[in-house]
Formats: sequence, structure tokens, C-alpha cells
Amino acid sequence: MVGAACDGCLRRTDLIAAIAPCIDIEWRRRSAPAGVLSLPDEALIALDPRGGARRRYARFAPAAARAAAEAAGLLTVCRCSGAYPDRLRELDDPPAVLHVAGRAAVLDVPDAVAIVGARRGTGYGLEVARALGRGLAASGLPVVSGMAMGVDSAAHVGALERAAPPRSRVGDALPGPATGGAPTPVAGGTSGGAPVVAVLAGSADVPYPPSRRRLYARIVEHGCIVSELPPGAPAFRWCFVARNRIIAGLAALTVVVEAAERSGSLTTADFATQLGRPVGAVPGPVTSRFSAGTNGLLAAGASVVRDTRDVLDELLGPDAPRPAPVAAAVPLEPRLRGLLDAIERGHGSLAELAAAPAASAQVLRDLTDLELRGLVRREFGGRYVRAHEGRA
Amino acid sequence: MSLARVNGFTLDGVVARRVWVEADIRKGLPAFTVVGLADKAVREARERVRAAITNAGFVFPDARITISLAPAHLRKVGPGFDLPVAVAILAASGELGSEVLADWALAGELSLNGDVRSIRGVLAIAEGAKRHGIAKLAVPRGRAREAGLVGGVEAVGVDELQEVVEILRGTREPAPLPAGEAPASPPVDEPDLSDVRGHNGLVAALEVAAAGGHNLFLHGPPGTGKTMLARRLPGLLPPLTPREAIEVTRLHSIAGLHDGAGLIERRPFRAPHHTISASGLVGGGGQPTPGEATLAHHGVLFLDELSEFTRPALEALRQPLEDGHVTIVRAQRVMVFPTRVTLVAASNPCPCGRGESACRCSAVDLSRHQRRLSGPLLDRIDVSVTVARPSAHALSNQTAPRSAELRPRILAARDRQTERLADTALTCNAQLTVRLLRERGSVTAAAQALLYDLHDRNRLSARGHGRILRVARTVADLDGADEVEVDHILRAASLRLDDQSLELAA
Repeated sequence: MVGAACDGCLRRTDLIAAIAPCIDIEWRRRSAPAGVLSLPDEALIALDPRGGARRRYARFAPAAARAAAEAAGLLTVCRCSGAYPDRLRELDDPPAVLHVAGRAAVLDVPDAVAIVGARRGTGYGLEVARALGRGLAASGLPVVSGMAMGVDSAAHVGALERAAPPRSRVGDALPGPATGGAPTPVAGGTSGGAPVVAVLAGSADVPYPPSRRRLYARIVEHGCIVSELPPGAPAFRWCFVARNRIIAGLAALTVVVEAAERSGSLTTADFATQLGRPVGAVPGPVTSRFSAGTNGLLAAGASVVRDTRDVLDELLGPDAPRPAPVAAAVPLEPRLRGLLDAIERGHGSLAELAAAPAASAQVLRDLTDLELRGLVRREFGGRYVRAHEGRA
Repeated sequence: MSLARVNGFTLDGVVARRVWVEADIRKGLPAFTVVGLADKAVREARERVRAAITNAGFVFPDARITISLAPAHLRKVGPGFDLPVAVAILAASGELGSEVLADWALAGELSLNGDVRSIRGVLAIAEGAKRHGIAKLAVPRGRAREAGLVGGVEAVGVDELQEVVEILRGTREPAPLPAGEAPASPPVDEPDLSDVRGHNGLVAALEVAAAGGHNLFLHGPPGTGKTMLARRLPGLLPPLTPREAIEVTRLHSIAGLHDGAGLIERRPFRAPHHTISASGLVGGGGQPTPGEATLAHHGVLFLDELSEFTRPALEALRQPLEDGHVTIVRAQRVMVFPTRVTLVAASNPCPCGRGESACRCSAVDLSRHQRRLSGPLLDRIDVSVTVARPSAHALSNQTAPRSAELRPRILAARDRQTERLADTALTCNAQLTVRLLRERGSVTAAAQALLYDLHDRNRLSARGHGRILRVARTVADLDGADEVEVDHILRAASLRLDDQSLELAA
């Protein structure tokens, strides 16, 4: 039964939470950060110079830990349980217990894809992350990420667009294809699209960062939130790196969308490489420091990810079944084509698109037309950008 | 004669209230007391009045003088009581007959040599005099034209106390009002749209904002011309009606921003700095004074760097924007300041303002910036456009049309709105509620269906829905169309402010 972690694993989790500050120190002391979490319980206890951890370890009451998790609305799955995701066992230091808010069953779905990237995402990175999340969810693949600001959140939001599709349309006033055909699950998706998994550094009952409360609630509804730490445990710096190993561990493929030279999301790629799992990266402009990390990954041999199709090729092989292609592209009239070209070149503001005041009425009309066809997206403020993976 | 009564006025917020200035002189130890909830400036009138009366060549009575300002519950503010107090004393001491005093109201500060100095709020005082049926009003000479704007009250400009006394005695004819030049309409020095280069695509957005009275959001990096565009909006709005002009002049006079030279005929443009406090923005203080929103009444309030304004200031502005007035409550009194403004808000895409490729902002900076933007004010904004840096080609080749070329269309659109809303208290489309839009917006079924389609695709909020509909109504009015059709919705949708997209961007 899901929701019953064994005493030993709960005890170890409690120990890790107790000595979390000591781990922070130890983590910084060791040149290679890995390894601390794979130490046996005794060695972990020894990290605490004051001995409080030993007393707490000795007095640990599993029933109380279970009650605390239940009170926080969390299920617990330990590595002794059959419900524990097998892929996670391949880690050197698999988390003893996973605390799960939401539907724990979705953890077992194969072919999950991690989409990670910088918190300071550019418009480009956010758009690509969102499109990948949407495309993968439409293909029935669960999306795993860390709910951080920027790329992580964009990937979740994109996936949720498929997991929680908008209400049916009242009427199509304009001719033109919709944003996508009906999703055809290729790998164990649920009826409403694929589940969404967010792995948090702190405990799973607290949305972090707090500004993502609404996103958190939607993920709990359409997937699950996972954490290694028991409820109430604060996140230390090492927890974010430890979280990244879980993301890489849960995913069959890790895609880095946008990362600067020394971005935390590169550690996720490192973990995936150590696990022998494929890593993909989205190419960015070579002049952009926000893409230096991902471009570096590509130079080091990561596979190129341009769109959902690249991910599916990498993951399932070129012959695997595909979601039905979106409705065949309708050729655009030259006027719309020209407008779309300008937007693709980055001239997305009204002032750039309408050269004469007399022309602006037509441009205003055409912009909404393009938007309804799913080819462009209106950003906050009013700049138009090319929607990724919109067909034209 | 030992008792006299003179009409004076005190400012209570943005209206003038009548105050009886009564002087009583009787035997006793020489004393000079002022009673009746007078503020510091009024109490100090004693010293100025004493000196002014003597230096003007009159005899200051060597007796017990009591000045009472009635009604006693009303707080009297400002130096404008010097003149009525001095005249009341002179009348009470027999220097002039008190029969004429009922026909007159007096307002002015006195200098020690007896000169009458300028004061604020003369237009409001003149309106008050008219309301109380007072025929004549003596004010400082430089303010006479301002007082004369109110018909039905004879405004007399005076220079010194001696002169006032002679006029009241009837031994001297009041000097004629200083002649004013003919009102120029529309004002010639208004910044013109044709000064703007390289932003031709945004003319449509400005036109819609002006035509429907919609609040406008300009989003773009620094130095791209956001302020320049905002400054052109007042010139696109219809000219002030005579009544609006009087109202604007009165408010500016009260705030001390008017030189008294006549009617203000330009729509105000106020651009407070982002460090402004909540009470600076909407009015307040111990003696509540009008804030920037009130000074921008009937004009444009421009908030540059919207995200830098303090949260309390923006919160405070929300309700006034919606209601068109702000109510300030202090112990014992309630004041209402008008705040019917068109808001133009501008913001950089990120706090550092360098633009995306060179941006140095951290994820947290960016998130904070966007969270502050998403605050209370955006709810009130219907039209949003990105202002990009114009290319060299656009700068050299594009010149926007002159404001005068756009104005007829805008005026016509306003007229349609006035007609449609004739039986309501509303004046323009920006004030329409969704319910009113449904009742009188005349939206065709196809347009409504398109709106629902957009709604679902973009996960518009209910508010976003209303925004598009309001703007579409204005677009239709600009076209002279009775019904809101698909075309109008299409065009309005590409001017919308989409607060949902902010969630992802953060």
C-alpha cells in the first residue's frame, strides 16, 4: 500500500532533517559534494559534533513521524516499498523516503522527462520551456521539474495546459486551426494529459518559492509534489542540489532549456550523466550569457533539443508512435506571413509592426488572427513573440 | 458703533465655506482676541492687521477687541482673513458704515504696510460668494480675473487696505478688471503628436485611449519615448468644457498652482515622482489638501516607473480611479476631492532597464518587479502597448500625424458615448461595467463568440474579458459603428492588458 514507509527509512529521513545544518557544512568542506547522503546512519550521526542527533536517533518514534506526514497531507513511500520508483534506486544515494503531496501513483510512470533551467529565464527560454512542457504532456509523458522561478515554472505551466485543458470552446468565429489536435497518449498518460511532477528542496507541504502557491495547488491537483525531507523541515543550500539528483533520478531524459555558465540546473545534467541517462539541451544564441551553460552541454555531447519531436526521438527512438500531428498547416496569406516574419525577427511591438498609422488597424486585426491560430503569443505589456511549435 | 460683521470665506478641502467675521469693540483693557477655531495663520492675522491698519493711516482702536469667526465649529485656515478682519474692526470703530458690508465678501492677506497680497483658492471663494447670493467680492488685484470667471458676482481687484475702505465708503470707483486676452482654443503650446517619431504604430493605441478615456499602460525599456507619448495624450483628449475648465482652475488655485491670470484651458498633465506618498498622490494630511490625482482631474495622471511606486500609494489610488473622487475622513470632517483622471502608467521590462540581452537582474529582482506591477492598479488599465526602441529607419522616416488630425475622430467617438450614456452618470466607455456593456454595448453574436474563443485560448480572466469588450466598444465608436463586430474585437484584443501572462513571466 502506498503511504506506508518502513520504520528504518523514516528514522533515516528524520536523522537527515536533524543534521541538515551539519550536512550543509560537510557539503561545503568536501570538494566533491556527492557522497554525504550515501553515508550510513552512524557516519551521519557523527557529523553532529554536539550529539543531539544521536539522542534524537535513539528516541525516534516512527508512529509520530507517520502522524506528522499524515497531518501535513503527505503520503510516504520508502525505498523498501514496491511503490518506490525503480529509476530512483539507481542513484548512489536514493532518498530513503519520498514525501508526496498529490497522486503518488504518477511517480511510477515510465519515460518521465525532466525540464530544468535557469531561474532567470529569458523570454526565449520561458517560451521554449512552456512549449516543451505542453508538447510532452500532450504526448503523454510526465514532466518533472523543480517549481523554481523561471524555466522550471514555465515547464510546469506548459504541461498543465495539457493536463488541465481549458473548457471547450463556445464557437470558432475565425477559420484557422486550433492550437493542437487531441492528445494521443503514447506512454501511459492519464485521460486529461500526462501528470506533472515537481520536486521540492524543502518539505513537500510548503510551496517554495512562496510566489508559486497557485502553481503548487494546480500541480497537487494534476500530479504530485515530491520531497525527500519530512514535513516542516527547512531547506538548506545542499537540499537544492540534492533535489536536483531526485529530478534526474526520476526522469528518463533530462533537458536543460536555458542555463548560464555556472547554473544550478547544470548539476541536474551532471546527475543524469552519472546515471548514464541521456541529457538534452536547447541551443541558444552564442552571444547570450544566459545560454552559455546549455551551449556548453551541447559542445560536450548533449543531444540537441529544438522541440518536442527531438525529445521524443531521443527518448523513444525515431520509430516510436507519435501523437497525431497538429492539423496541417494552412498556408498564410502574404500579409500575415510578412507580419509573422517580422515577429520572428524579434520586432514584436506595435510600433515596429505598423509603419503608418493608417496601417495599424489592419495590423491590430492580423495580430489577433495570428494569435488565434496559435502562431504568436502576446506577452505581458503587449509584445508579440512567435509561439514555439505553432505550425505555419 | 461697536459691532460689525463682514463676509469672509475659508477653504474646506476644495470648496469655500462662508464665515461671518464679527468684530466687537468695547471699553476695557486693550486686547485683541480671535475666537472661532482659527488656525495659526488666522490667529497671526492679529499682528498683521494691527500694523496694516495703523500704517494705512487709520486709527487702531485702543480698546478691547474681540473677533469671532462663525460658524464656530468650522476650522478656519489661511491668511485670507486678514482683510475681512481689518475691515470689520474699522467698521466697528466707525471708520465706515456697516450698511454696505452685507453686499460684500472680502478675501486677502495684508502686509504690514497695508498692501493686499495674493491668496489661494479665489475661484472657489467666488463660487461660494455666488452660492450665498453675495453681490460683490473684493480680492487681491492679481486674482480679480480669476474671481471674475464666476458669473453673477462682481469681482473687484484691490491693492491696499486704504483703497478697500474708500470703495466700501463709496468714495472711490473700483478699478476695472484687468483685460484678459481672448481664450485660445485649443491651446497652442500643447505638445503635439507630430513631434513623435518612429512610433507610428502606437498612434492607434493613443487614439483609442483618448477616445474612450481608457487608462493606458506603456511597457518598454528606458529612453524609448514612453514619457513623450504620455505627454501627447492631453492634447488628444477633447478640449475642457467651460464647466470642467472652471473646476480645474479652482483646484489648481487652491493648490497654489495657478497664477490668477484666468481660466486654465489645458487638460492637466501631472507626473509625480515615484517616491510620492499615498497622501501626496490622493490627498491628505492633517489639513487635507488635494493630491496629484486631484490636480490631474479632467486630465492625465502619468506614473512613470510604476513598479517603483510604494504599494500603499498605488493601493490608495485604486478606489479614486474607479469612483472618480476620493473621500478623506478626518476627525470631525469628511472631504471629497474629485479625481476623474486618465491614468497613463509606464514601466521598464525589468528593474535594471538594460533590456533583455544585457539585463543584469536576478530572478528574484525580476520576480519582485513583476509582482509589484501586477498590483492593484493594473486592474484599472484597459489598453497596453509595448514601446520598443525605434529603428534608425523609423526615426528618420516616420512622423506621426498632428494631434489636430486625430481630434475630430476622437471627438465624434466621444459624442457617441455621451449620447449612449446620456441617462447615466457615466461619460465614457472606460467607465462601463460588464453589465452595462451587455445592456448597451450592442455586441453581435459573432463578436461575442470570438471573445469567448479568445477567453479560452488565453485563459483570460473575467476582468480581461471586460477590458477587451470596453476597448472594442471604443474602437467601434471610432469607426462610427453602432454594433461591436468581430473586427472590433480583433483589434481591441491586440491592445489588451493581459495580467495572466505575467504569472508565467515571473
